[in-house]
Amino acid sequence: MLQQSEIYKCLATVADPEVPVLSILDLGIVREVIINEQDEVTIIITPTYSGCPAMDIIAMQIRFALLAIGVLKVSIQHQLSPAWTTDWMSDEGKEKLRAYGIAPPHRKSTDTLALFEEEITSCPKCGSPNTEMTSQFGATSCKALYRCCSCQEPFEYFKCH
Amino acid sequence: MSIQQLFYTLQLADNALINGHRLSEWCGHGPVLEQDIALSNISLDHLGQARSLYQYAAAQMNALPMDAKLNLFASVALNDKISKGETIEEDDLAFLRDSWDFKNLLLVEQPNEDWAYTIVRSFLFDVFNLYLFNSLKNSKEEQIAAIAEKSLKEVTYHIRWSSEWMIRLGDGTEESHRRLQQAFNDRWMFSGEMFEASNADKEMLQEGIGVDLTLIKNQWQQHISKVVEEATIMLPTNNWMQTGGKQGKHTEQLGYLLTELQFMQRAYPNMEW
Repeated sequence: MLQQSEIYKCLATVADPEVPVLSILDLGIVREVIINEQDEVTIIITPTYSGCPAMDIIAMQIRFALLAIGVLKVSIQHQLSPAWTTDWMSDEGKEKLRAYGIAPPHRKSTDTLALFEEEITSCPKCGSPNTEMTSQFGATSCKALYRCCSCQEPFEYFKCH
Repeated sequence: MSIQQLFYTLQLADNALINGHRLSEWCGHGPVLEQDIALSNISLDHLGQARSLYQYAAAQMNALPMDAKLNLFASVALNDKISKGETIEEDDLAFLRDSWDFKNLLLVEQPNEDWAYTIVRSFLFDVFNLYLFNSLKNSKEEQIAAIAEKSLKEVTYHIRWSSEWMIRLGDGTEESHRRLQQAFNDRWMFSGEMFEASNADKEMLQEGIGVDLTLIKNQWQQHISKVVEEATIMLPTNNWMQTGGKQGKHTEQLGYLLTELQFMQRAYPNMEW
């Protein structure tokens, strides 16, 4: 009989293809793992953004990782609701992001901003809060572009969602 | 499940696909790198929403009896698949239907023209989406509510982007102001269609699946007026509206768009890459 803990241990080795420093568990996109009596595994994942192109690759990598520990019968299901939020990102994940040079999300996603208010975030390199947003859209849907006005480094911010 | 529910889902899906495709045409042509990236991101959100909606529409279509789904659309390619008993998938609905099978708003199929026209189209549609999804997230239909809840988060970014540009262009230089006003005047006649209830809109409202468009119209007008005022441009006084998209009567622009969007699947049926 397969144990949940074995599956989760395995899922912890699956990295987000866009931000490889994070595992899919850190990111909070694994919603549920169900193991039935025939040892068939169902994994429910939720996309970060509707158009996230990494979802198909993540599903494939989950299959490979489970295959490597001998789990063959895997079904991966997508679930949209409740919608993914950065509140589900683990604290460990946020620390990994900062060490990697990406400013982690730092407020609750339920605190809505006024229409033109900018999120203030500290530079992940020098820690200065004196930063400015260059664009609310970055190389992936989940990130915005910022610049540090103290150390002059451009950096990415994993935006609250 | 009903035919009207399928049509309703397709109205939403077609809007997302066609708007997403239009925005994607900017990829590689943006005025600066950051805006190129912004447009591609926004486009991807719309295409992602379209995928979820088409998957749901395909499931509804597959559940229909043969005589109900055969010839539901004019497309020969789609009917050919259905008559052979094949399962319809999201891609079939996006790539195999013809122009008159599409139910998107005329607004979203209008060409990008210049930056001002692109911003105006996005702005009018983003504000509509904001209130639409905000209401649809309470839909009785679980799948539609889930897609709306997800999309609402994304729309929040879109609307910030398009509103900022409305104000930047309108309250900018003499030329940017003039060109934004011109684009606003020209695109205004396509805005009324958003609130014109189709049979699908009416039936879905009755069943608690859809939304009350008159309510959304009020919210939309208030929101638009506020930003327009800040952008220092004028609301057009001509309120004659061109409609037809929800009934499949499109402008010629959609034909050109679909020719490019569908080319590969039409020229090489069932190809994958």
